[in-house]
Amino acid sequence: MAGGGRRVDADPALVMVSAMEKIINFFKSFLLLELLKGMSVTGRYFFARHITVEYPDEKTPQSFRFRGLHAQRRYANGEERCIACKLCEAVCPALAINIEVAERADGTRRTTRYDIDMTKCIFCGFCEESCPVDAIVETRVYEYHGEKRGDLYYTKTMLLAVGDKHEEQIARDRALDAKYR
Amino acid sequence: MANIEIDGKQIEVENGCTVIEAARRAGVYIPHFCYHKKLSIAANCRMCLVQIEKAPKPMPACATTVAEGMKVYTASEMAVKAQKGVMEFLLINHPLDCPICDQGGECELQDQAVGYGSSASRFHEEKRVVLHKDIGPLVSAEEMSRCINCTRCVRFGQEIAGQMELGQAFRGEHAEIMTFVNGSVNSELSGNMIDICPVGALTSKPFRYTARSWELSRRRSVSPHDSLGSNLAVQVRNNRVMRVLPIENEDINECWLSDKDRFSYEGLNSNERLTRPMLKQDGKWQEVEWQTALEFVANGLRQIKDGAGAEQIGALATPHSTLEELYLLQKLLRGIGSHNVDFRLRQSDFSADGKQAGTHPHPNLPPEGEGATVSSDGGEPRQFLPWLGMSVADLGKADRLLIIGSFLRKDHPLLAQRIRQAVKKGAQVSVIHSTDDDLLMNVAHKNIVAPNAMADALAQVAQDVAAKNNAGISGSLLSGERVVVLLGNFAQQHPQAAQLQSLAQQIAAATNGKFGFLGEAANSVGAYLAHALPGTQGMNAATMLSSPRKAYILLNAEPELDCANPQQAMAAMQAADLVVAISAYKHHAVDYADVLLPSAPFSETSGTFVSTEGRVQSFKGAVKPQGEARPAWKILRVLGNLLNVSGFDQDNSEAVRDAALASVNIVEKLNNILNENVGRAMPDAVGEAHPTKTGGFQRIAEVPIYSADAVVRRAAALQKTRDAAVPRAAMHSAELEKLGVQPGAQVKLSQGQCCVYLYADADDRLPKGAVRVAAGHAATADLGAMFGTITVERA
Repeated sequence: MAGGGRRVDADPALVMVSAMEKIINFFKSFLLLELLKGMSVTGRYFFARHITVEYPDEKTPQSFRFRGLHAQRRYANGEERCIACKLCEAVCPALAINIEVAERADGTRRTTRYDIDMTKCIFCGFCEESCPVDAIVETRVYEYHGEKRGDLYYTKTMLLAVGDKHEEQIARDRALDAKYR
Repeated sequence: MANIEIDGKQIEVENGCTVIEAARRAGVYIPHFCYHKKLSIAANCRMCLVQIEKAPKPMPACATTVAEGMKVYTASEMAVKAQKGVMEFLLINHPLDCPICDQGGECELQDQAVGYGSSASRFHEEKRVVLHKDIGPLVSAEEMSRCINCTRCVRFGQEIAGQMELGQAFRGEHAEIMTFVNGSVNSELSGNMIDICPVGALTSKPFRYTARSWELSRRRSVSPHDSLGSNLAVQVRNNRVMRVLPIENEDINECWLSDKDRFSYEGLNSNERLTRPMLKQDGKWQEVEWQTALEFVANGLRQIKDGAGAEQIGALATPHSTLEELYLLQKLLRGIGSHNVDFRLRQSDFSADGKQAGTHPHPNLPPEGEGATVSSDGGEPRQFLPWLGMSVADLGKADRLLIIGSFLRKDHPLLAQRIRQAVKKGAQVSVIHSTDDDLLMNVAHKNIVAPNAMADALAQVAQDVAAKNNAGISGSLLSGERVVVLLGNFAQQHPQAAQLQSLAQQIAAATNGKFGFLGEAANSVGAYLAHALPGTQGMNAATMLSSPRKAYILLNAEPELDCANPQQAMAAMQAADLVVAISAYKHHAVDYADVLLPSAPFSETSGTFVSTEGRVQSFKGAVKPQGEARPAWKILRVLGNLLNVSGFDQDNSEAVRDAALASVNIVEKLNNILNENVGRAMPDAVGEAHPTKTGGFQRIAEVPIYSADAVVRRAAALQKTRDAAVPRAAMHSAELEKLGVQPGAQVKLSQGQCCVYLYADADDRLPKGAVRVAAGHAATADLGAMFGTITVERA
């Protein structure tokens, strides 16, 4: 058999199928069945309830665990929460956090610098999880931008400002999550 | 010996060994807090409870000695239950402030709470509060609530530092560690309490809240201060030295570190650091490029060499410089034809130079006795090389010691500690000195005499020893088997140093003992090995200043603080045409120097120190040099190239070190022994230096512990300690009375044309006719010779 070809007889069943297909295609081609099928999908969604969110006029719902822009929180008396333990810096897998510490005049341990590079951050939430005083948190804010690369380098004052702005929401979210922690 | 079994492991240990020590040798870890291998057993933390077969209750492993056939289970149900119970008790009162605690991350309690603690406490009572205490500028006791009362710090003070500055008062829940009323911790070894504290109760004040242990990288280094050569772990973050910890080395610093070694790192980050080369142009300092500065130096030296002769150039270095720096400095000087190079800035008697005993194996030399033997590297007479005369470990084994002229505790804190341990084991220490500072150990005999009577006092001992007199110092020395005679910094700086040395040598020989020098600085021995010495053809440090040169190169030296006679040194500097200061700091040289070359301190350069026991220790830079500063060996190498001196082609400091030590057999070089007749034939130098008839006082000048070198002088926290206080003029109260001065009142002290005003202290332990005024401090820098006559008047 090597090298030689033997003629393979066509399977009579297969020959039958291909003949049927040809006939069906012949009718389909002028009855526009395919077109009607496609239009039926369009037609169905045309009358269905719209799910498009008209961002920015509308927004999707968020979990209270949403991990967006970071914020530094304060206590009710206005004192910053952060005690400069540096656990977030140590746990950060992207090395996005940069902290410098010094003793404040009143003897407490405080950061003199607390920077998060949002371009490095991967929003894993480890910083929030490691924080013993709930100082660094991730808010629901995801609409922030920068025109320059450096704009996304958030300093302590910027983070505290975010915290001050959204404190109510942050506190509400922490309260919702409290029983799971 | 006893055969015991620990967790199934058989081990043979000597009788009297504790179970915890046996377990350590068997490689079994037993958790503990109060146990420390260098301290006595307290057994008060109970963390090391283990199960011992046939014992009905768990036993503390640290306080249980082994017995033949003992079977110990450290992780049995009973042992673990006991350990967990103890941990729960320890955590009842321990605050949960790990996030703000400086010990966090390197805390024994934290680590063991992970292993033995439960996730929540069953105690809901309020935790006890212990008020913070201010115990000094180095050790922070701000959060004493963290204390678990292991009493390691108390035992450290009593047993290692030699003074009990901390103690535990009250009982039970009220027990707390405290100082005496209004007391503070002033020991020169106090920093070790931070290391041994298993929790964050005692922490470092300068390091407070600056970094976390996990973000620091450790770099090995060697202490640049005292002559012991302590091994350091320099801890670095962001190219900045954050703190210094000891590296354990049983032969050198054991597990300790003196405060000077530990806290001096603050000086490395001082604002006074010189970071750019500077040139004085038209009386104004200008920052310039390296090229400009080095060419200026090369041209200046060349001009002076061509105009006035190479011997008009002198170089002064401190023995805190590395071997490489000193080697290249002397090579540079010799290359341009001057032999005026010296590092013995505080020495006043150089008559021992070139009078070393023993022949050197060189065929073309006159026999021994002529004094001058020649070294293999170039026709220079061999220098005697003062070193410890034994290893540091041997020093601890001595049973009779005679310490001559040494501020032992301040000049050699850890050697003093070693001697203290020897004394505890029965060694006898005798002291001949001009001051009677408390050595914090039992001193068998002491003879406190005025500086000009030291040689006589020593000669008396030598005579007594020769006559087998069994009383006093000689009796103590004669009764010993391992006698050690040591000369301290004071004796080496004494105007009769050679005579003292010769006498000490005789005493050691007569008692069959060892004789040595307590080296002044980190690299005193290395400087001799590098031959940073004038030899016979050059001028030594004192001559260079007394007959001023036209040009000086200063390597890390601050003449007004580092020289034996600051007045003379400053006059020489002011008069010189060219002063090149190679320094890490902008110091007083801005007044008289013409060019400042920023060099890198020990943390920023690689180098080698040779300790007083002759141990060669090389180290690498821990951080990059600040600003434009460069390692001094590189600066000198480029200067050598610019001046076309051959042999300046090394690419790294190792090559320089190898060149410096290539032809040197260190063991053969280390030789303290002088020719017998040296010193005897000396003129009465002291009589000249101390003309007591003129009504002046003899000055007793020590270099205070935190003024000894450029780096410590700028270490902020150390400068706040009691040891760094402004010097006072201490005198016998009878002398003060004669002057009509109340203790505490100001007195006017004058030497030469200058005078300073200091507060007077009465100290009846001082010899009469003498006044103790420290040198090396800015407040006394205007005075003259360290050993000299000083006039004291009512201010």
